[in-house]
Amino acid sequence: MSYYFTILSPTDTPLFNIAFGTSKGGGDGIARFRFPETAQYMNQFIIHSSLDILEEAQWTNGAMYLKHIDTYPPAAAYISAFLTPSGARFLLLHQPPHLPSSTSTGSGLGSSSLLGSAGSTTRASSSSVAANPTSPQTEEAVRQFMNEVYENYVKTAMSPFYKQGMEIKSPVFRTRVTAAGKKWL
Amino acid sequence: MAAPPRHSTMLSISNGGTPQSGPNDKQTQQQAQTLPQSPGLRVPSNRKTIYDRHLNRSRNAELSRASFAYLFGEMVTYAQRRVTGIQDLEKRLNEQGYPLGLRLLDLLFYRSTSTSSSALSSSSTSSSPPNRPLRIITLLHLIHGPLWRLLFGRSADALEHSVSPDTPNEYMITDNDPLVNTYISVPREMSMLNCAAFVAGIIEGVCDGCGFETKVSAHNQPTEMWPSRTVFLVRFGDSVMEREKVLERSGVK
Repeated sequence: MSYYFTILSPTDTPLFNIAFGTSKGGGDGIARFRFPETAQYMNQFIIHSSLDILEEAQWTNGAMYLKHIDTYPPAAAYISAFLTPSGARFLLLHQPPHLPSSTSTGSGLGSSSLLGSAGSTTRASSSSVAANPTSPQTEEAVRQFMNEVYENYVKTAMSPFYKQGMEIKSPVFRTRVTAAGKKWL
Repeated sequence: MAAPPRHSTMLSISNGGTPQSGPNDKQTQQQAQTLPQSPGLRVPSNRKTIYDRHLNRSRNAELSRASFAYLFGEMVTYAQRRVTGIQDLEKRLNEQGYPLGLRLLDLLFYRSTSTSSSALSSSSTSSSPPNRPLRIITLLHLIHGPLWRLLFGRSADALEHSVSPDTPNEYMITDNDPLVNTYISVPREMSMLNCAAFVAGIIEGVCDGCGFETKVSAHNQPTEMWPSRTVFLVRFGDSVMEREKVLERSGVK
C-alpha cells in the first residue's frame, strides 16, 4: 500500500505533502505508486479532484473524520478525508500495491498504460490494512493516523508564529507525521 | 501555548552565543546531525519543541489577571496608534482577535476529543468526538458555552435571536461583565467605544473557521446592575442563511 497525504487550507492551498508506503506486514515504508516516477503529480490531481465531494460531504456529516469519500478506479486510488473544525482538510490517498494476479481490485485494468515501472516493484502483502482499502480495519487505522496528525496540526496552529494558511515547514512536524504513518498504516 | 519553548530557545542562544563563535558552531553541527534536512533549525537547549508539549497541560491552568489586563491595555494602546476614529479602532481590535478564534476552535475540539489521560496513546476509548457545527444554533451554543468557558471560565449570560422579521440573520450573545473591559476606562468623548471588539473578533474567527461567514460587533448596553454589559451582535451572511434553509429541509442537525 502506498500513501499520499496532503493538508489543504480552507482556501485550497496545499500546506503540507508527504508520500510514504506501508510499514505493516514487512513493508519498508517507501511509497511505490502505480505511476512512473515522472508522473507523481497524478496523486495531486486525484486528491484535488475529490475536493468537490468533500465539500458536499462536509455539510451532511458533522464528524471530523469523514472516512473514505472518493475512489478513482483507473488508478485504484482511495481517498479518505478528515476535516478540522477550523476548515483545514487532511486528505489521504491510498493505493493498494498492484498484484499481478489482480484478484483484489478488478478496477486496475484500465490503467495499464499508467503502470510503467510499478510492475517490477510489486510485492504481495498479507496485512489486512494493506490488502483491502475499504475494510473497517483500514478505516480505523486511517482514523487513528488522522487523529495523531490532527494533534500535531493543532500544536502547529497554536504557535504564535504560525498564521492559518501558511505552509507547514517544520521538520519536526514532518517527522511526526512519518512516525504516525509508520505506527498506523 | 508556545511561549515557554520560544523563551528557552532564546536562552540557549544567549548561553551559547556569548563566547563568539566556538560553541555556537558546535551546536549547529550537532543539530545538523539530528535533523539533516534543516541545518538552520534551532532547538531549545532541553531539545523540546512545541510538538513535545502536551496540549492538555495548561488545560486547568489559570492565567494571571494582572498580566492579562496589562497586556490587553497595551494591545488597545497599540491599536489606537494612527487610527482615524472609534470604528477604525474597533476594527483593529477585531482583527487582533480573529486569528485567536481560529486557533481556539481547533484547540477546543482537540481538548473535547481526547479524554484527559489516554490522549496520546490508544485513543480508541474516546469513542465519539464532538461534531463540527453544521447549523447556526449548534454553532452559537458552542460559542455561548464551551468557548466562553475556555476563555473566561464561565458561560456567556444570554443568547438571543433577533425578534425583528427583517433581520432573521442576527443573533445576540450577552456578557454582563466582560473580562476584557474590567480594567479599561473609556474616556467620555469615546463613549461609543467598546474594547470587547477584541472578543467580537474571536467570535468572528470561530464562526468563519466553521464556515459561517459572519460580521460580529460589540455594543454597550449598560443596565443598572451591570454597567459594562456588552452585547455581541452576530450577523450571518446571506450564503449562510441560504445554506441553513437547505440543511433544515434535508433534516441535518
